[in-house]
Amino acid sequence: MKNVKFLLIGVLFGIVLSKGEIISWYRIYEMFRFQSFHMFGVIGSAVAIGVVIFYFFRKGALKTYLGQKIFIEPKKKGLQRNIYGGIIFGLGWGLVGACPGPMFILLGRGVLSIIVVIIGGLIGAMLYHAFKSKLPH
Amino acid sequence: MDIILQPWPWYVAGPLIALVMFLLFYFGKKFGVSSNLETICSIGGAGKIIDFFKFDWKQNSWNLMFMVGAVIGGFIAYQWMTPSEVVAINPKTAQELADLGFQNAGATFLPPELFSVDNIFTLKGFAILLISGILVGFGARYAGGCTSGHGIVGLSNLELPSLVSVIGFFIGGIVMTWFILPMLF
Repeated sequence: MKNVKFLLIGVLFGIVLSKGEIISWYRIYEMFRFQSFHMFGVIGSAVAIGVVIFYFFRKGALKTYLGQKIFIEPKKKGLQRNIYGGIIFGLGWGLVGACPGPMFILLGRGVLSIIVVIIGGLIGAMLYHAFKSKLPH
Repeated sequence: MDIILQPWPWYVAGPLIALVMFLLFYFGKKFGVSSNLETICSIGGAGKIIDFFKFDWKQNSWNLMFMVGAVIGGFIAYQWMTPSEVVAINPKTAQELADLGFQNAGATFLPPELFSVDNIFTLKGFAILLISGILVGFGARYAGGCTSGHGIVGLSNLELPSLVSVIGFFIGGIVMTWFILPMLF
């Protein structure tokens, strides 16, 4: 039952991405065409506030609900994986207009075709782990 | 009430995403959606073919709950909070899309040209949905994160790998929307 709070945070996330139109294919298309400020504003303001929050995490001024210091696991090293993986991700994001969060939120809207995209996402994750030893990282 | 029913501007949505991230860290977890794809593979028995998926998925059950919550949040927003699905996109974008064959761009959240149920049963429609899903899933796990893990958390933590990943996201997205998409439609 202790996981119920994560369910509720997820509900908030689903509502925010829906109401902010971040789950709209058109908003993603517009972003990559640089024809609207909307998505840049969303990501930019989230990151700007995130930078401040993380500063207080590092300082120890903001702690977990149990009073522990918040540690942010650094990303894995190796920039090749980031650029190649990023480009592959971007090709898919630009085509279907949904990254992993919105995929599931769209499922909640009853968009049946997104099931095919989610299945693709699962296949993609499996393919990566099947072939990762052969890929540059 | 009207404010809730209207589309939320970026300066409302962005800070609320930061709040979601804060809450997850506050409760001792992290913010990253695409790792759920691996967790679902693991539950589905992918460990039988690929050793990586033999991990104990129960340690990620909190993130699955978050994901289920997101599905419910999508349902709630759709059912009770969105009287109009019109997306106020740039008229120039709408015109461009019309030229590509996307009718009534912005009239709903998603273009029926890609997402209609009929489209699932055409070879082209099905292939586009499946392949783009594969690219997103493969790319996210290769890069070690998606828009949430790299785009929001990693950038907030001023990490170089995340900046490089986000640059990659944009290279891919620009190549797709400027060059490949016009060839597909």
